[in-house]
Amino acid sequence: MAVIAYREALNQAMSEEMERDERVFLMGEEVAEYDGAYKVSQGMLAKFGPRRIIDTPISEEGFAGMGIGAAMVGLRPIVEFMTFSFSLVAIDQIVNNAANMRYMSGGQFSVPIVFRGSSGMAGCLAATHSHRLEAWYAHVPGLTVVMPSNPADAKGLLKSAIRSDDPVVFIEHEVLYGDKGEVPDGEHLVPIGKAEIKRVGSDVTLITYSRSIKATMAAAEMLAGEGIDAEVIDLRTIRPLDLDTLLESVCKTHRAVIVEEDWPYCGLGAGISDRIMQKAFDELDAPIRRVTTKDAPIPYNRALEASMLPSVDRVVAQVRDVMYSKL
Amino acid sequence: MSQATTEAQPVVSKSQAIDWLHQMLLIRRFEEQSYKLYQMGGKIGGFCHLYSGQEPVAVGSIGVLRDDDYVITAYRDHGHALARGMGANEAMAELLGRYTGCSKGKGGSMHFFDAEKGFLGGHAIVGSHIPLAAGVAFASKYQGKDSVCICYFGDGAMNQGSLHEAFNMASLWKLPVIYVVENNMMSMGTQLHRHSCLLDLTVRCGTAYGIPGYSIDANDIELVAETTRECVARARAGEGPSFIEMKTYRFRGHSMSDPAKYRTKEELEDAKARDPIVAYEQILKERGWLDDETIEQMHEQVKTEIDESIAFAEASDQTPPEALYQDVTVAHHIPQE
Repeated sequence: MAVIAYREALNQAMSEEMERDERVFLMGEEVAEYDGAYKVSQGMLAKFGPRRIIDTPISEEGFAGMGIGAAMVGLRPIVEFMTFSFSLVAIDQIVNNAANMRYMSGGQFSVPIVFRGSSGMAGCLAATHSHRLEAWYAHVPGLTVVMPSNPADAKGLLKSAIRSDDPVVFIEHEVLYGDKGEVPDGEHLVPIGKAEIKRVGSDVTLITYSRSIKATMAAAEMLAGEGIDAEVIDLRTIRPLDLDTLLESVCKTHRAVIVEEDWPYCGLGAGISDRIMQKAFDELDAPIRRVTTKDAPIPYNRALEASMLPSVDRVVAQVRDVMYSKL
Repeated sequence: MSQATTEAQPVVSKSQAIDWLHQMLLIRRFEEQSYKLYQMGGKIGGFCHLYSGQEPVAVGSIGVLRDDDYVITAYRDHGHALARGMGANEAMAELLGRYTGCSKGKGGSMHFFDAEKGFLGGHAIVGSHIPLAAGVAFASKYQGKDSVCICYFGDGAMNQGSLHEAFNMASLWKLPVIYVVENNMMSMGTQLHRHSCLLDLTVRCGTAYGIPGYSIDANDIELVAETTRECVARARAGEGPSFIEMKTYRFRGHSMSDPAKYRTKEELEDAKARDPIVAYEQILKERGWLDDETIEQMHEQVKTEIDESIAFAEASDQTPPEALYQDVTVAHHIPQE
């Protein structure tokens, strides 16, 4: 298996799918001549030419809508948002047009499109450039929402997203782009809708996704030193949720902590917690706890920003709470 | 008297002209019967925007397209759908929320669709479909086809950012799209001079983007057809988008609940005195292509056709409960409940 970076895995996924399917093209800001703001599309202009790798003006609503229109009549666009923070000016297109089109046309039109780009709190970007919008998009029937945490999933899930006949919101994490990891050789597809158990454990279920997998795995190792055996689940797909995997784990551990790099109120963890409690309330030996960002806009100051993030200490503290353990 | 300025030399054949008159009559009858059904209480729900008065726009412009071209419009969409060949049955059934409707009773008045006819909707967020049209045109160019896309919107939509983003890209990339503003002089209840900084719309939406702009009296269906034909030819030749301001007037309110306090009775009566359908009947009679008797027969035929569509819709099944979760996604939809 080759060891490659997350951004390179994404590049391979797009390049392989473009070689495989003439209908696939990439459009977005600085994706072509600049080689990508985060170098995800590096070399793709040279390989595929300006017909299929398209630099757009700074018009997120406009080019998101163009992608949807092109998808309605047979193409398979990949629309890159430089960051998902900028998708806020295109959200009408994503929600009203991409997500609703099939339903409100009585099944006549589908929108096979991938909206992808970076997201999250990446360091000193402050309030406007640090949005985490997974809960917003996961709220909407008609959308599929995917968030890979490592290079292998980045490649395998993006390939599946491009092949999907439905609109996929594919949210990468800015701090993961340089992370390296093993990616299986040859055709590598990861199915949409399947979570992965990253660490098998028996005492508590830790549910997380994207960048927060790092703090969560580190917390699990620390807890192991205290004699607490944590199971860690990487959701990978946010919508539809792989509820079966979560329930199976919770029925084994009887405790759950959800770790998310997002605000607490109406966040993803609230929805996941609700669904677990509906199905497995009697299995729980403790209330489900959540580790989220603090409920304030994202500050520029480095230390303040760091204080908001789900940290190893904050995860460990919530696990101790659900274990009713005292140090 | 007619204000239409169609020249003595017709731009269409007799059979085409008669077909267009039939389509306009059909749309008018469809809309007026929809109005009645709405007023009868509960048969048609929600928002319903009628096209009466604006018929030459849809009929004259769609009338010069090919079957492999695309049509997309805003929420006042009944006229465009019927002009594109959607059956009155499917259209009426949609208004009544039936499973036989053009969107299976899940779209309603504002969201008519007909994939077979290349009719891409019925879009109800003002301006939201304007980038879609550029995308459809982009796809034609990408695939090496010469199909074009025609996109309609009201004068109110000129104030949405989506229009300006799409116009810039359509012109930048020379996309085969024809943008038509149906200027009925009112953005819901706000008259043009109160919502647009310029009254010459060809400057605002054409010149500003290097797009050829036209401004025409859309009461003249043949002028509509001729202008559209010129723009379509340019699009097919790879010369890029066009913008046409079609000056028109709606006889009914913005939607059904509109008391229309923004206009006087006299203004409306003046407009009705220039009814484009009556004007076209007159023109066709002057050419000797129709007489009073034939016109009367056409009215009767359309009346029957719409009566039958209402009967079809009334006899159709309501959209069933199990349809709630159908067609959410192509993949099996797993409700996140």
